[in-house]
Amino acid sequence: MVFYTLRRFVNYFILSAIATCLAYVVASLALDPAAKYYGRNPQPSAHVIENILNGLGVNPDVPVLVRLWNWILTLVTQGSLGDTVGGKSVVAEIVTRSGVSLQLLLLGSIIGAILGVVLGVWGAVKQYSLSDQTVTYSSYLVFATPTFVIGVLLMIGATMLNGIVGAQLITFTGSYSAGMTGSWWDLLVDRGVHLLLPTIALVLTGAASYSRYQRSVMLDVLASDYIRTARSKGRSRNSALVRHGVRVALIPMSTFFAYSFGTLVSGSIMLEIVFSFHGMGEFTLQAITQSDINAVAGSTLFLAVLVLFSSTLSEILYAALDPRVRN
Amino acid sequence: MTDFQSLPAAQGTTRRSTPLLKVRNLSVTFPQRGGPPVNAVRGISYDVHEGEFLGIVGESGSGKSVSSLALMGLLPSSAQITGDIDFDGHKLLEMNDRQLSGLRGRDISMIFQDPLSALTPVYTVGDQIAEALLLHDSALSKQAARSRAIELLKVVGIPAPERRAKAFPHEFSGGMRQRAMIAMSIANDPKLIVADEPTTALDVTIQAQILEVLEKAKELTGAAVVLITHDLGVVAGHADRIAVMYAGKLVENGSTADVFSDPHMPYSIGLLRSVPNMQTAGTQRLVPLEGRPPSLTALPPGCPFAARCPIALDICREVEPLLASHGEFADGVRVPGLDLAAAGTPRDQPVDSHVAACHRSGEIASGRLTRADVFPRPEPLEMQHAVAREAQVPVLTVTDLKRHFPLTNGGLFSRRIGTVRAVDGVSFSIQPGQTLGLVGESGCGKSTTILEILEMATPQAGKILIDGTDIGTASRAERLKLRKDVQIVFQDPMAAIDPRLPIGEVIGEPLTVHGVGRAERRARVQELLDLVGLDPQMADRYPHEFSGGQRQRIGIARALATNPRLVVLDEPVSALDVSIQAGVINLLEDLKEQLGLSYLFVAHDLAIVRQIADTVAVMYLGRIVEYGPVAEVFARPRHPYTQALISAAPIPDPAIERSRTRVLLEGDLPSPTEEITGCNFRTRCPLYRLLDPAAQSLCTTDDPPLVTHDGVDAACHHVDRNRIVDSALVGAP
Repeated sequence: MVFYTLRRFVNYFILSAIATCLAYVVASLALDPAAKYYGRNPQPSAHVIENILNGLGVNPDVPVLVRLWNWILTLVTQGSLGDTVGGKSVVAEIVTRSGVSLQLLLLGSIIGAILGVVLGVWGAVKQYSLSDQTVTYSSYLVFATPTFVIGVLLMIGATMLNGIVGAQLITFTGSYSAGMTGSWWDLLVDRGVHLLLPTIALVLTGAASYSRYQRSVMLDVLASDYIRTARSKGRSRNSALVRHGVRVALIPMSTFFAYSFGTLVSGSIMLEIVFSFHGMGEFTLQAITQSDINAVAGSTLFLAVLVLFSSTLSEILYAALDPRVRN
Repeated sequence: MTDFQSLPAAQGTTRRSTPLLKVRNLSVTFPQRGGPPVNAVRGISYDVHEGEFLGIVGESGSGKSVSSLALMGLLPSSAQITGDIDFDGHKLLEMNDRQLSGLRGRDISMIFQDPLSALTPVYTVGDQIAEALLLHDSALSKQAARSRAIELLKVVGIPAPERRAKAFPHEFSGGMRQRAMIAMSIANDPKLIVADEPTTALDVTIQAQILEVLEKAKELTGAAVVLITHDLGVVAGHADRIAVMYAGKLVENGSTADVFSDPHMPYSIGLLRSVPNMQTAGTQRLVPLEGRPPSLTALPPGCPFAARCPIALDICREVEPLLASHGEFADGVRVPGLDLAAAGTPRDQPVDSHVAACHRSGEIASGRLTRADVFPRPEPLEMQHAVAREAQVPVLTVTDLKRHFPLTNGGLFSRRIGTVRAVDGVSFSIQPGQTLGLVGESGCGKSTTILEILEMATPQAGKILIDGTDIGTASRAERLKLRKDVQIVFQDPMAAIDPRLPIGEVIGEPLTVHGVGRAERRARVQELLDLVGLDPQMADRYPHEFSGGQRQRIGIARALATNPRLVVLDEPVSALDVSIQAGVINLLEDLKEQLGLSYLFVAHDLAIVRQIADTVAVMYLGRIVEYGPVAEVFARPRHPYTQALISAAPIPDPAIERSRTRVLLEGDLPSPTEEITGCNFRTRCPLYRLLDPAAQSLCTTDDPPLVTHDGVDAACHHVDRNRIVDSALVGAP
């Protein structure tokens, strides 16, 4: 088992390295970091631009593979992913911004998954009932609505609520109120209030897809013989459904959960921008728009690690839930 | 097991007492969206007395399972159930799910057909048995429930129950899971056990074990048993009474002896006559029961069997007959036709004695219509192609064929950790016009053997000769030509035919491979459809419009398209209903005579093998252990494994079934990865256990070769001593 896990991590290491190098090369070939300096008024001198590009290690005159080699060298020797065009360390940026993203994503995706599973099970058990139809159609509605529309609608709703109450009940710009002072409790509440709307948006979109998936898995499980066996032993319908049905129907969901978590970061770019969260999504988008090669490579590495982490998570969850794959 | 010991043993059937289970006029209807409802069960009535063993027999779709699920309260909520079910003072149909849950698993328990899916995969077997105990006894501690579960596993014959209780269902074989199901069902000393096709998914040797365990469970708990099955052989040996169901109705109900020896309803007669009997098989043709049951959504007026009944009168198509008694009691007193009906409502039907639902049952009962009059035995076809029986080149010769699969531990740096000896030195040959039956339990290598032959690649070891041509050295062109000569018919006709192709194209497809033109193909398809007894006009229809038996005929037509010399039949009738089997078997026999075909017939049903085969080869763990002419092998099986197989196969005749000596094999087929020194059957051999140590040591050290004893090859050191069963078929044919 140790050998197996070790081999896994070697595999993951190689995979992340390949992904990051590819991202670096592609970004280097596609992006032109010098362009924004030429567009400035007054235009900096060619020498200054050259210096800046050399400082960042992104001078297009140096062959791509040489730049990649240098980038890897600094990563291995100094643990640095280079600097952003803004002159900040990419690693430092990723650390602060991933914290912002994760507090948003963890909460939203976990609540969304739980709600989705509950709704899916309910829908399967009450198939074709009014409540099942309602859940079905609402989730289609959520599917069809782009995330940023949901975000904006929530903001409008919150503004109206604030207007009715006559106080700033819900604040929704940024992840905390700038310049706010007070006890740690006040600060925590402040962050919570800021998280409320984006989390609701995430929960809605998450629950919509989880409930669809869970419903179909649950319908399969409902038709299986072991539910009938459990009932023939004397379990009532509902208790058999929960003890024997949901337990088994969760197995394929663990894979879905882990993988969707891995892709959440890239999926929540819109949400971070709408709510002015300075998270990883925003960082990635900015990196591309600003032709920031180091930041693009850095965020690709972050995403690769996240996806591989979630694939490990899905395997652990799967093995925990399903005895058939344990050995 | 104190609970069990304190219980009185079943005292046989205590007739005339209040029945334990009284089903009256039970009907189950499934409404369908935008269509007529399905009348799955249409007013059935029967009684089960304490400790009684009732067998409910019927084809698929006859309503036998639905009626039992109705009494368990386990039908989907969309089902509309009417009637009356009285169980031990409880009106089951008036109880809600919570009240029923209190009864289920405690007073009534159920055993299901497919042990592979009937256990929850994520809980250990021990926990699932303990669950049945804990649900009905809140005072029981978890620990006590767990040790009770281990005891129960021991009762049903699971070796090392302490360890096995902690295993998950996927670590159990099919037979062991079914034993665990039985353990679960007897956990709370139920009064009634409902077993729904408990042995259908199992091998014949395991089936015999499970039926034995079920009998033991019944003795221990004194419970009544309702056994639902399509296999008349299974009920013959165990049931006290038999109820025959057809199209949602009970059509005959009586004691096992009565129904088997003196059936009053043409359907029962047809069913009994269509089943191949291992004792008489091969000597006479089977009696086919043509047609298929009516659709339960649109039942014609009158008797539902009328369309298939050879003795139907006009009244049969107008008035549906009620269950009524037609026979006489032994003391000569005529049973009043409808004694219950006279007392109660006219819908109340008699449930005791021997009753049948047929307008002509009176004539049948009195002997004016004999069984042969109802379903006459068809005459065998005259041989049209005189197949010369003198020495010829065999159609197929297999010599010392081996197929081993490496077993690796998986992954990137996989190591070989063992070998699966799927086929381990198999030799046989088939003469033109002859049929070889290949029998054995699942996992013995039958399928790998036929796949090796059909694959037409150079075998790992050994030789395959088709018509004298060695496929190992044949060129591509020669192999293509040989492919024409060898065709296969698959087990499941539902799965083996592309549902999106009209059957004409399905049948003609093999011809396209060999470059036959369109017009010619079409003509050939017409010819083939006619040959297998289907209407040539049906070539443009799709597979779903055909019944199981018809689809198997389509599969046979497809196999015959290229005019093969050898047809491999891989369990061709085991997926079909009993009544359909006879027709397909007869067709295969006719085609063999007409076209001079040779068959390699793979089956686990020994009666059918005896019916159709000329030579039989018995396989065990990749080897042939006995090989010889069918009549010889069945009359005097040499190898203990063959004896066990033959004695495990049920015979649909209660008199014989109850007087037979059985050789029960212990446990399951060992894994083909296991290295067994000497004879590989010794781990399960019933003879080995009877031998003295000197003789045993021969078995443990020497691998017995196939040696000819009076024309039959057997791989056993002690053929001369083997007298476990003098003749495996006790009783006169």
